[in-house]
Amino acid sequence: MVKLADDEQAMLDGQGGPAKQKAMELLVKYAEALNCEDFVNTNNIAGVPGSSTLFLKNYYKEHNGGDYNAIFSLFDLDSDTVVPVPKVSAYSCHLQGGMDPNEWATMGYTQEAYDHFRADEAAVADHGIQLMKTCTPYLAGNVPVKGEHCAWMESSAVVFCNSVIGGRTNTEGRESTSAAMLTGKIPNWGFHRDAFRHGTHAIEVEVPIESMIDWGMLGYFTGYAVEENIPVITGVTYQPNLIRHKHFGAAAASSGGVELYHMVGITPEAPSREVAFGNNRPVETIKYGLTERRKMYDLLNSNGTSTDVDYVMLGCPHASIEQLWEIAGMLDGRKLSPNTHLWVFTSRSVKSMSDNNGYTKAIRDAGGLVLTDTCSAISQSVPKGTKVVALDSAKQSHYLPAMVGIEAWFGTTRDCIEAAITGKWKGELP
Amino acid sequence: MSVEALTRNDTIVLHGRKVVGGVTEGEALVTHQTISGWGGINSMTGTVIETRHELRGVSFKDKILVYPGAKGSSGWSAAFHTTRLTKTAPKAMLFTVMTAKIALGAVVMRIPSMTDFDRDPLDVIETGDWVKVDADRGVVEVTKKARP
Repeated sequence: MVKLADDEQAMLDGQGGPAKQKAMELLVKYAEALNCEDFVNTNNIAGVPGSSTLFLKNYYKEHNGGDYNAIFSLFDLDSDTVVPVPKVSAYSCHLQGGMDPNEWATMGYTQEAYDHFRADEAAVADHGIQLMKTCTPYLAGNVPVKGEHCAWMESSAVVFCNSVIGGRTNTEGRESTSAAMLTGKIPNWGFHRDAFRHGTHAIEVEVPIESMIDWGMLGYFTGYAVEENIPVITGVTYQPNLIRHKHFGAAAASSGGVELYHMVGITPEAPSREVAFGNNRPVETIKYGLTERRKMYDLLNSNGTSTDVDYVMLGCPHASIEQLWEIAGMLDGRKLSPNTHLWVFTSRSVKSMSDNNGYTKAIRDAGGLVLTDTCSAISQSVPKGTKVVALDSAKQSHYLPAMVGIEAWFGTTRDCIEAAITGKWKGELP
Repeated sequence: MSVEALTRNDTIVLHGRKVVGGVTEGEALVTHQTISGWGGINSMTGTVIETRHELRGVSFKDKILVYPGAKGSSGWSAAFHTTRLTKTAPKAMLFTVMTAKIALGAVVMRIPSMTDFDRDPLDVIETGDWVKVDADRGVVEVTKKARP
């Protein structure tokens, strides 16, 4: 049974209004499902509140009305009735979703879909939720601190928050984050608790891991090796920067369900192997050597046969300003192949920095686009006629080919830029 | 009692913990692999779509889904929630690894769900077995499918 604090009981009793009551009812059911005894207060929530695909919009139009308030009530709060949804009570942001606010037609969206998108966005802002529109809130202004209780969606952001920062969040879902925005509560389960954060599996790295592609492949391997468990990685001799952590974590969260990793001597809860494991004994010790590295590269390239690349997608997870600087530099005044499109995805706030620095213009002058809010997997949108895509992200390689039915190559950012310029895939394991 | 020793009329009883209450029965669909929600299933058809998944192309609609649990994107609950709207959801879920994703997904799918079993359901239940789930009482009854 869940023990409720006075303020939680009051919300459940309806004293905060019907929406908070529905939110609390949902959170209590969720806590019971987890066999969790109490809630923790949170003032840092990242979700996709009330956002609707055209399917949800049309479905709810036929069942009780399709406006923002109805979808927030019926889908997000899993309520059987529509309730008036008030402004959020806790610091909340909206993650990725929708379409680029300028290039939506290029992405294949209709005027109707765009109008819905703009209306939803206005409603999100009206409810006091920040429009970050990114899978990387930590690059757009929401950076938690060590020990902060968060309620975040987006597996790549969750693993970054837990592992790199030492913040505390489970991989929440749309319904739990929307309920938390109204109540400031989330079940005190899993990664909110010290005992749950210790390592379970040892990953011993036996090859040098330095470039971003190597971090992506090690992450992809780690996810397969430990599934949803907590790896402790040793043998890393090169200090990873933010984009390497971003690619490693996103890959591990895609091939497995990694929500927290420790790197001995690098991440905040792993000053030593002993501290990282706590009272746990490693269930398994797994090595990552040249054979495993080769295997990951081949696996990530198993969806490619034709070397005629018609689309290059970068920015999964959303590109940092460092990556936009790199991409603009690699293009170096050259032009894309007339047969190839280049879309680089990022957040609105990073794009604004990129605009100011001239990187957006450099990419556009080459024939590419810098897009925000979404990515090809989330929007299921690729340039018209795409058959073969080139990617530098293990996560995107995991999802995109299956989701939109295209071939995919995986390589370095430079391999991808060269493919965009020549129209040919020439990538090889570096 | 081993599975091999059973004849067609034998039933096996498992005890577990209620995740979401309710009573139902149906045919088992068993996989030893975890399932991704967003990007791993098609919510319009109730079908697994993940490349390299042993259930790729298989529908879980109206089945008693027996599996280790959830993996992948945080869109898990929303993807399975949508199967409730498209009427392609499983009838019940029996799983072995608890995660925030599957707990929330079970709640919003509103289907009987159980975990923490006294015997591993993945060892006992095979695809095609008839399974009665009483999540309120924490009891699962498995009738092995007829052998050819």
